[in-house]
Amino acid sequence: MNMKKTFVVVSLLLGMAALAAAQGGQVLLNAAGATFPYPIYSKWFDVYHTAHPNVQINYQSIGSGGGIRQLQAGTVDFGASDGPMSDEQLTASKFKILHFPTVLGADVPSYNISGVSGELNFTEKALAGIFLGTITKWNDPEITKANPGVNLPSADIVVIHRSDGSGTTYIWTDFLSKASDDWKNKVGKGTSVNWPVGLGGKGNEGVSGLVKQTPNSIGYIELVYAAQNGIAFGKVQNAAGKFIKADLASVTAAAAGAAKDMPADFRVSITNAPGAAAYPVSSFTWLLIPARIQDPAKRDAIKDFLKWMLTEGQKYNEGLTYAQLPKPVIEKELTAIALIQ
Amino acid sequence: MSAATTTMTREVPPKSGLRAFVDKLKGGDEIAHLITLTAAAGIILITSLLVLELWRTSQLSRAKFGWMFFWTKVWDANFDNFGAAPFIYGTLVTSAVALAIAVPLGLASAIFLSELAPRRLSDIVSFLIDLLAAVPSVIYGLLGIFIVVPLMRTTLGPALKKVLGFTPLFAGPNYGVGFLTAGIVLAIMVVPFIISVSREVLLSVPREQREAALAMGATRWEATWQVVVPWARTGIMGSVFLALARALGETMAVTMVIGNNPQISASLFAPGYTIASVIANEFTEATGDLYLSALIELGLVLFLMTFILNGLARILIVATERGGGRPA
Repeated sequence: MNMKKTFVVVSLLLGMAALAAAQGGQVLLNAAGATFPYPIYSKWFDVYHTAHPNVQINYQSIGSGGGIRQLQAGTVDFGASDGPMSDEQLTASKFKILHFPTVLGADVPSYNISGVSGELNFTEKALAGIFLGTITKWNDPEITKANPGVNLPSADIVVIHRSDGSGTTYIWTDFLSKASDDWKNKVGKGTSVNWPVGLGGKGNEGVSGLVKQTPNSIGYIELVYAAQNGIAFGKVQNAAGKFIKADLASVTAAAAGAAKDMPADFRVSITNAPGAAAYPVSSFTWLLIPARIQDPAKRDAIKDFLKWMLTEGQKYNEGLTYAQLPKPVIEKELTAIALIQ
Repeated sequence: MSAATTTMTREVPPKSGLRAFVDKLKGGDEIAHLITLTAAAGIILITSLLVLELWRTSQLSRAKFGWMFFWTKVWDANFDNFGAAPFIYGTLVTSAVALAIAVPLGLASAIFLSELAPRRLSDIVSFLIDLLAAVPSVIYGLLGIFIVVPLMRTTLGPALKKVLGFTPLFAGPNYGVGFLTAGIVLAIMVVPFIISVSREVLLSVPREQREAALAMGATRWEATWQVVVPWARTGIMGSVFLALARALGETMAVTMVIGNNPQISASLFAPGYTIASVIANEFTEATGDLYLSALIELGLVLFLMTFILNGLARILIVATERGGGRPA
């Protein structure tokens, strides 16, 4: 009996303590979603918390799919996704959801060919053919014509792709869908697709590990991962016909090229973007914010964080090898913050 | 014990309900009964809730694909077409390869440790083996990627191809990752279970059994193989099924070395996929409702497979016990 009383008293005290903390202006925001931007997000949330000690943002990098689902179920305050939500997903949601681009990412082709050490050029047709399994040899004319002077062997190409569902795969397959109608109709784009050929590696580390070990292989990895681990990669031909090596500038250029006809809801694919300097396998990653937030403290905190992220926050991008958003996109987003009510 | 309790209650005057209950608990038997009953009921409850939840959440997929789910060979999230066949195949093949390697290896080690090795050496080695069983599976996966995969591609694979290349089992290109590599890594992972449990079982065979066999003029090996091992076979089989259960459900290490390609191929060099791996790989980014439901149904299928294999194991054990403890 005494035990019971103690328990009741203790839990009452705990409850009061929690209430007191809440009334002290503490705002706790829960978020979940994409893994690709997790390093920059955790940096942002940490720096923002230091500047605004009363706002604490917890982010679970459980993947874009999980982020979207948890947001729709109302278990998190906002979500994050590497691919924009589809029209069906948006209509299926009980409340309106806004997209805010945060940083840019890109995929690069990494390969391991016996006797070839230089940078290779890839046309979009070559990449689509390789990943569809219609181009099977490294000395296929579609590859050799873009690489004059390189002695490519007549070895079989081993394709390596991601085995786990991933935003990286979304960007890659989005690019291939634009590059080839065959790809679009037979395979399509998505975080995981039914690969016509190849081996699957788990995560960027799995793909790059398999590429490194398997002779005559090719795979795609995230630019951030390739840059941080010093992995060599090839150039990809862009919409203007130029072979571009992915770096922060060429990825931002792709976003700037697409900024001109940016839709009002920011759900835009920037693969194969126009512009001579644009890297074609680039993409935004988004925060998903409910358009209506009941709790005024949470609403103000989220709006303030978004403003901070678009201005101050962008300075932290390059240190972590994420490309900055182009100016016109930032301005457009700053006005869109007013839509959150 | 019960006689003592009755005399005690006779001497003590009757008490109120709660007091009597507490006194009863002091006996120890009731407490033990209650605790073990709760534990057992808890396990049954958790298992049934698990099945119920898997059944409920896989509703969409079950309604759409029905029994076809078991033999459809396509897994395509973009076109909402899902089938479990390549995953069931991959799970069974990798586990079979693992057991084919681990059972002889584990049993031989257990026999050496229990029958032939000096007791001190045996104790030290089995302590080390028990440690192996506690190594996280991702470590075995790394071991697979950095040691087994290159070995398979450069040495083991070509050698197997040279000798056995005429059979469909070892035909086709060898990438280093695939069913065989996954099976080998699984074998390394499960062999400690077989050794550890089998050694204990062999050690528990009564000394008289060995002595009797030796007195009859059997050699040491004959005594071991024809008397001790048959005596212990129920326990040895138990260790094998423990190993099988681990192999069926292993996720991380397998996905790192199997190639993750949902296809059914006779060649052990070919890349494949297992149920546990595909769930781990695709669950987080599964956005469509049907997609998620199909992944959960895969979980249900794995549960069912484990259930059936365990049932078969029980039948096998009962059947061999009926055969009596006679030497094989």
